[in-house]
Amino acid sequence: MSVNKKEIVHLAKLSNLYLSEEEIEKYAKDLTEIIDFASMINSVNTDEINETIAANENFNVFRKDQVIPSMDRNLLLQNAPSQDDGMFRIPKVLN
Amino acid sequence: MELYELTAHELMDKLNSGEITSEEITKSYFSRIKEKDNQIKAYISLLEEEALDKAKKVDEDRKLGKKVSKYAGIPIGIKDNICISGSKTTCGSKILENFVAPYNATVIENLNNEDMFFLGKTNMDEFAFGSSTENSAFYPTRNPWDLDRVPGGSSGGSAAAVAANMAPWALGSDTGGSIRQPSSLCGVIGFKPTYGLVSRYGLVAYASSLDQIGTITKDVTDSALLLNLIAGHDEKDSTSMNLEKKDYTLSLVNDVKGMKIGIPKEYIGKGINDEVRESVLSVAKKYEELGATIEECSFEVGKYAIGAYYIMATAEASSNLGRFDGIRYGYRTKQFNNLKDIYRNSRSEGFGAEAKRRIMLGTYVLSAGYYDAYYKKAQKVRTVINKAYNELFEKYDLLLTPVSPITAFKVGEKIDNPLEMYLADICTVPINIGGIPGMSIPCGIDSNGLPISFQLLAKPFGEETIIRAAYTYEKNFNFRENYKPTFKNSK
Repeated sequence: MSVNKKEIVHLAKLSNLYLSEEEIEKYAKDLTEIIDFASMINSVNTDEINETIAANENFNVFRKDQVIPSMDRNLLLQNAPSQDDGMFRIPKVLN
Repeated sequence: MELYELTAHELMDKLNSGEITSEEITKSYFSRIKEKDNQIKAYISLLEEEALDKAKKVDEDRKLGKKVSKYAGIPIGIKDNICISGSKTTCGSKILENFVAPYNATVIENLNNEDMFFLGKTNMDEFAFGSSTENSAFYPTRNPWDLDRVPGGSSGGSAAAVAANMAPWALGSDTGGSIRQPSSLCGVIGFKPTYGLVSRYGLVAYASSLDQIGTITKDVTDSALLLNLIAGHDEKDSTSMNLEKKDYTLSLVNDVKGMKIGIPKEYIGKGINDEVRESVLSVAKKYEELGATIEECSFEVGKYAIGAYYIMATAEASSNLGRFDGIRYGYRTKQFNNLKDIYRNSRSEGFGAEAKRRIMLGTYVLSAGYYDAYYKKAQKVRTVINKAYNELFEKYDLLLTPVSPITAFKVGEKIDNPLEMYLADICTVPINIGGIPGMSIPCGIDSNGLPISFQLLAKPFGEETIIRAAYTYEKNFNFRENYKPTFKNSK
């Protein structure tokens, strides 16, 4: 199984990453090697076996639908790279 | 003997008897940090002012005869992916370099409730992606036993800080071995509890179905004492289990008579360094002398765990890291004309090489056409692994294996070969897949003077059995009294 440069470019797009030509080359090689290695799991017989999707049996954990104080807005905005009037500021989305 | 050389429970005894003050303890640690951390680089940030203020306050309370917790005034080191309100939480990443946590992790609340406080935030591989702490965006941490070698990872800062007496104990996180492997390489005790025993609220997520907060300590008594504080149900983490609260110190019993311990033959065979194997087998012999039954067993599917792990963990990581978009918090690029540019450039400039690699891998195994072949298949293998563990724990109270197939490796030795680095986790990842508890306990040193450790594993919520067996071993062979880090270069 080989992951080619075209696939890496596609994955980068899906992942919202910009990669240099050098990085594309390197990740194509790394991903091919790692995926090849991980393909070892195909040797395990999993006929009639269901997937495990969590590490324990907690399932549909509910809580009371109560109004409780939420975190302070200014505190949450303190890490925003750009803010205005109590909101996150971003560039114009529609032209 | 200096205060910083003591275990936390020794400090607690002296503090509660009035022999010493919290201020003296705290000053002792910061002077030690100033003396040694320029060599080790275990900390990313220090919280000296806050710590000294708190220490003085606790001393005052004790002096006034106020009722205080027995833990009051004991400091601790915290891995830099656990949020302390008002302090930087960088995750070892440039993307969170200036992030100030707006809230406390539940484990931090638990420690605050006892009037404990924090020496600082410890170094780690970026987002806990790595086994050497070389993937930190700031600097690699060095191993106190040999400054040219890595401390392991990803909780390498926490493990090195405890080994170098720059913290009496520390918290780390373990997704595929990130507490146990660095503890092994640094010769300290690392304990990853059962998934769901300790709340993950406020731990920056790597792979949510595998992540678990745990302890790094100088001895087993401290592991039990610290676990007592952090274990428990938390409504803010829906995967935390609502179980009766236990006192783990009741398991500090020097007796393993009648215990059945299995040694999976796959973990003492090919791929395990000879000196590591010999040392782990000598532990088995010791347990036999102490009255336990030792039996070789088989955990054949275990060898596929590493493949399943790197599929599931990267899939979850790629999804968890989607939140870093340069909008709400974290690094924002200077180069943008539109929103899409902010996303792409902030992430490309902010994430390091290994984070990008894991995001790409995770995106690959989750993408259309590959999802069934990789991600779904890995989740099925997870079921098979769980079944194998269940069967083994019907027969055995504990399993005994090495923690790391090799002792500490050289800085730079594996960093250019990601697959080789991934193999450092071969003995530790199956435990995270099974969600079971595991403890790393030092048992000897190799011909280079580097620590070797063994691992004890139990069924889910079998922490007490592990503590009892580990304590018994420690009482009969005290690694810490026999060996000390040298702070030397190997060159």
